[in-house]
Amino acid sequence: MVSQELRSAVEDLIHAYVQCIDDDRLEEWPDFFTEDCLYQIMPRENTDQGLPIAVMYCDSRGMLQDRVVAHRKANLFAPHLYRHLVSALRVTDQDKGMVTARSNYALFRTALDPINYGTTEVYSVGEYRDKIVFVDGVAKFQERIVIVDTSRIQSLLVTPL
Amino acid sequence: MQTMHQENRVDLTWPAEGATRVPYRVFFDPAIYQLEQEKLFRGPVWNYVALEAELPDPGDFKTTFVGDTPIVVTRDQEGTLQAFVNRCAHRGALVCRELRGNRATHVCVYHQWSYDLKGNLIGVPFRKGIEGKGGYAADFALSQHALHKLKVATYAGLIFVSCAEQVEPLPEYIGPTMRPWLDKVFHRPVRILGYARQFINGNWKLYAENVRDPYHGSLLHMFSATFGLARSSQGGGTLMDESGRHDVLHAHKRTEAQETAAYTNESLRSYQAKYALADPSLLKARQEFPDDITTSIHTIFPCLVVQRIANTLAARQFLPKGPDRFELIFTFLGYEDDDAEMRGIRLKQANLVGPAGFISLEDGHAIELVQQAIVRDTEACSFLEMGGREVTNQDNLVTEAAIRGFWRYYRGLMGFN
Repeated sequence: MVSQELRSAVEDLIHAYVQCIDDDRLEEWPDFFTEDCLYQIMPRENTDQGLPIAVMYCDSRGMLQDRVVAHRKANLFAPHLYRHLVSALRVTDQDKGMVTARSNYALFRTALDPINYGTTEVYSVGEYRDKIVFVDGVAKFQERIVIVDTSRIQSLLVTPL
Repeated sequence: MQTMHQENRVDLTWPAEGATRVPYRVFFDPAIYQLEQEKLFRGPVWNYVALEAELPDPGDFKTTFVGDTPIVVTRDQEGTLQAFVNRCAHRGALVCRELRGNRATHVCVYHQWSYDLKGNLIGVPFRKGIEGKGGYAADFALSQHALHKLKVATYAGLIFVSCAEQVEPLPEYIGPTMRPWLDKVFHRPVRILGYARQFINGNWKLYAENVRDPYHGSLLHMFSATFGLARSSQGGGTLMDESGRHDVLHAHKRTEAQETAAYTNESLRSYQAKYALADPSLLKARQEFPDDITTSIHTIFPCLVVQRIANTLAARQFLPKGPDRFELIFTFLGYEDDDAEMRGIRLKQANLVGPAGFISLEDGHAIELVQQAIVRDTEACSFLEMGGREVTNQDNLVTEAAIRGFWRYYRGLMGFN
């Protein structure tokens, strides 16, 4: 049984994370992770078969930062907004300072390009499988595996989930 | 008769300039899309459908498509690969309802007609009726109601299917120019590392152009230049088979000084190099082939790309889903005998390619930009004269020759005069 205080801390982390992305404050996104974190976007098609290829695979905070710089300075894509809905959060385990949590997400993408401006679609649905640690009292993702039910990615994926 | 009928359905006259012009209509006209299904995908071509590594055991199957026709590819009890249209011979229902798996027979759920792994009908419920009533007539023969079988052939572990009565043998179809390139990638047993799917709102031929287009590489995909990696001005070229339908686009190592000079001389926006990777482990690579090639993109008409980009290996299948959309499926590969470090390199480098690929995600965007803009003006054409007007092999990456090769072959196959 986890304490209400711990549950609240985990919930805050997960909500702050999606608000950061939805607010397009991507420069702050790597700060939700530890230095030696693991962030993977995995199609369920692969996890179901035990296949290791990810759509996005970062095994350090530096790689997350590189994703942000590429997003801002290199990659070209149709402008869009994200809106995450997170639910069914459960803190499933706590062992030696490592907290395991699981939650669902639904992500709507709203187009801002001139052709489809203002159109919203269900862009991605899936779950977060998290391992969370406290660094100087602040909750951080040691590991965040995004298991994507929506294996068929619409157009492209550039903004993290 | 049939040919005349088909040609009457699409009265498209190709511009006099030939393969240097492509009428935008071919990217959105539903009648042309329908004609492609008949003349191209069901025509005298070999369609890539799977890798043998996906179907190692008897009974293993995969459902996929030839053009937009659903098919099943399976390995029968004798180990022979079989393919058939995934449509019950009875009332037309999809027989195989899973993406992949293993089955000894395929049973249509609608009325439980069952088929063996060669596509032969082996059982029909209530064939004789019940208590003398109903049932089929005495002349009903199971042998008359097999699934629609398709020709299957393999090359270097790649499985291809053809619907045509007359088609050249697969090794000749791939041809002497392309075979050595495929042999090199598939020189030892591969292992499937996983899949990625990208659904792009554009005509499938815009992707066929994209993978034959080295001109856009350094201009659309700015990741390498942004991080000072500047691989994109490297040497290389395009090499086509005799018909121009297949090609390999290859790039080679070049010194950093040569690359920097090529960019700065052109004052391209591409050369920024203001940023450095915070974690350069992404670029960790291993020399695994006895050559100086950094990238080779091998395209087999109509819808296969075999990619070798650094240490990422993949088969890409692109499937039309209507005139204005297609699905792009990446099957990522390693070798069976990869050591743990090599496997790690491949998994990390996969960040470069696929739907979220640092150097590939823009392709989905560029294709959609074209599809969005080409509406309406049926006489308007694209302009393909980079590197000349000919369909000839090139020793540089500033060319659209292989795109012209595709269109020259496409036009002949489709009968557009």
